[in-house]
Amino acid sequence: MTYLKTLAASAAALAVMAPAAFADWAPRKPVEFIIMAGTGGGADQIARLLQGLIEKKDLSPRPFIPINKPGGSGAEALRYMQDKAGDNHTVMMTLNSFYTTPIIQEDLGVDVTEFTPIGLMAMDTFLLWVNTDRNDITDLDSYVSAVKGAGLDWKVGGTGSGQEDSVLTAMMEAAFEYEVTYIPFPGGGTVAKNLIGNQIDSTVNNPSEQMEFYRAGNSKPLVQFTGERMAAFPDTPTAKELGVDIEYYMQRSVNGPPGMDPEAVEWYTNLFQTLFDSQEWQDFCVSDGLTCDAMMNGAELANFHATQKDAHVALIEQVGAGAITGE
Amino acid sequence: METILVSLGAGLMQAFEPLNLFMIFAGCLAGLFVGCMPGLGSVNGVAILLPVTFLVPPTAAIIFLAALYYGAMYGGAISSITLGIPGASTAVATVFDGRPMAQQGKADKALMAAAIASFIGGTVSVILFTLFAPPLAAFALKFGPQEEFALMLLAFATFIGLGGDDIPKTVFSILLGLVMAAIGFDIISGQPRMIFFDMVEFQRGIGFLVLAIGIYGIGEMLWTLESTKGQVTMHKVQITWARMKANFAEVKKYINSTWLGSFLGFFVGTLPAAGATPASLMSYGLSKTFSKDPDSYGKGNVAGVAAPEAANNAASTGSMLPMITLGIPGSPTTAILLGGMIIWGLRPGPLLFTESPDFVWGLIGSMYVANVATVILNLAMIPIFIRVLAMPFTLLTPIIFVLCVLGVFATTDRMFDTWIMLILGVGGYLMRKLNYPVAPAVLAIVLGPLAERSLRQSLISSQGDVTTFVTRPISLTCVLLALALISYPLVQRALRRRQSQRRAA
Repeated sequence: MTYLKTLAASAAALAVMAPAAFADWAPRKPVEFIIMAGTGGGADQIARLLQGLIEKKDLSPRPFIPINKPGGSGAEALRYMQDKAGDNHTVMMTLNSFYTTPIIQEDLGVDVTEFTPIGLMAMDTFLLWVNTDRNDITDLDSYVSAVKGAGLDWKVGGTGSGQEDSVLTAMMEAAFEYEVTYIPFPGGGTVAKNLIGNQIDSTVNNPSEQMEFYRAGNSKPLVQFTGERMAAFPDTPTAKELGVDIEYYMQRSVNGPPGMDPEAVEWYTNLFQTLFDSQEWQDFCVSDGLTCDAMMNGAELANFHATQKDAHVALIEQVGAGAITGE
Repeated sequence: METILVSLGAGLMQAFEPLNLFMIFAGCLAGLFVGCMPGLGSVNGVAILLPVTFLVPPTAAIIFLAALYYGAMYGGAISSITLGIPGASTAVATVFDGRPMAQQGKADKALMAAAIASFIGGTVSVILFTLFAPPLAAFALKFGPQEEFALMLLAFATFIGLGGDDIPKTVFSILLGLVMAAIGFDIISGQPRMIFFDMVEFQRGIGFLVLAIGIYGIGEMLWTLESTKGQVTMHKVQITWARMKANFAEVKKYINSTWLGSFLGFFVGTLPAAGATPASLMSYGLSKTFSKDPDSYGKGNVAGVAAPEAANNAASTGSMLPMITLGIPGSPTTAILLGGMIIWGLRPGPLLFTESPDFVWGLIGSMYVANVATVILNLAMIPIFIRVLAMPFTLLTPIIFVLCVLGVFATTDRMFDTWIMLILGVGGYLMRKLNYPVAPAVLAIVLGPLAERSLRQSLISSQGDVTTFVTRPISLTCVLLALALISYPLVQRALRRRQSQRRAA
């Protein structure tokens, strides 16, 4: 009897709550679109493209305002999101530092598996780039011998210790048995600029960051770290083709702070699904060498994050946190 | 040269098309408004109004946003001068002399100087942009971390000129600013540092505007309350034609500072990562250092208004250069413009000039027109802005207080920052009472992170060898200039002392 009563009471409660719960949620104030990297980099370009598409297609009643929080390899952004727990008006464009930064900075107090997964927009790729002035470097072998010849004078630019490119740099150091000097810059765009200006010797930029310089003939890719050659770079061999077992991707997903309301999550998921399916986004994916087959979301994305996090723990253990942070 | 003129002509024609001309005026007006609201800067304005631009063709769209950007640079000066609250971070240096001028009943002069200097700064830099965009882009690429640090060193050297006579107090103020700049995350390793009392809120650091609004808004308000006992109303200014004409005649008083600010601002603006705020502060410092009468700065010298205003407008044009030629924004606002360009189907980068000439030259043409539009709008509106000062101080004080609180909260969205702002405001007031200069602290919090990053990048790349700063030509030049700047006021002072001793003897 008590059981029935409780049931009835819960049903009544549900009935009362239902209209609120299922009412269409939509942002009531501008949405902060946090980018955990600097301006001009891949994450930044993507976030700003998405923000523009949201406005152009009038997908949100309130504007999305992109805010860069690149500090401490994304630590600033992660901490900010953690502090925004339960907030329905903040979402974040993430990259792999989403996994690596909390692993390397244990006292950050952030567990990304608690964040609210919204949608995986793309998997981004990496290539090894040098300035076209380097006539002596034409392929991976000549690159490796040039690096070995230069020793620590060889400067690799990246977006920060613990960022994905530093992980990839550490993986290359382990595979080719050389050591380089890794210099962090705020954002992939600045890294690209410093390669073109010969301030650094090589980078592992994403295609979108180097694309315009590549088209202008200022930089050249040597290797791509993908499973198969990308359509945008048909003449560049993959590391695997050359017998080097490095394959590394960058996730580009949108996530909310911990404890976002389910209605809000649903609204954002639909929003980003619409963006994902748009012609503009799919075109961008092709031109910038992104893999965008289907948008992962919800539990599937949560699983993906958990797996990726574990994979990065293993990766960092293998190459050593010191190799990544340069300590 | 000829091709440039032909392209520019086409660009100007484009700017005079009715839609584009309308966009310029609308943008300038919107910019003036967001610029003069504390806490709302060009970044917010451009971000909020970006969607509006999807209704028009790309060229009209960027013209609107670029006009908004300039308008905001002008607008920032308005609240700096009339209320003493920097309307935007780029207008902080304008407070230094603009506020004292308003208190002396010369607000119209200050506003006029700001408008004219901005016009000159904007025009000089757009001319430089037109003529030298590609070579300047190539030059910007030569700027590695070493050069950036040397430039920051140069900026710090201007502090000596900023601090007045008391060098130990200036150094103290700089250090205070640097300590505040260091709060948050370590730039290179990403570890949190200087987290006072283990409060997680400190991880986000102390924003530059929090300090600037605190010191200048609240600190200044307390100071004025104390010195006037709330009795005095501001000097009312009657705008007459005769007075306007007299004000125009004063241009020669600040023309040198304006030129200095224009060139410096443009140059600093073109460097990615620097932007208009450091440019305006450096310009102020340099103008003071080279002035015949440095002691009058900070007490209402009109050149102290013109120098930073010329620089921040010049820098806003300058920061378009790396955006267009390299695809790397020179300021937060251009970062948003960059996003807009990607939507419009344009890919900023080295090929934009050749692939989308209509767009680039239309933008450049519009910059010329936008400068004229803003100066006209601004001069016409001076009588309206001045009315703010006719309010009794008992009314103005609470308004300033509310605007300060609102301005900080609007930018950072945190009550924590608002409290910090109030605490810093009281601190700034005490510093003033004890005769400590506060401007160096403001400069240090802006330049500190930039200097730290470039210093550490340089030392990592040279593997700890400090000679890296003097073995590269551009860096060496900057370092030498910095040394000259530091010694200049010292030498001058020593000379003056000797002269007066001689006279006494």
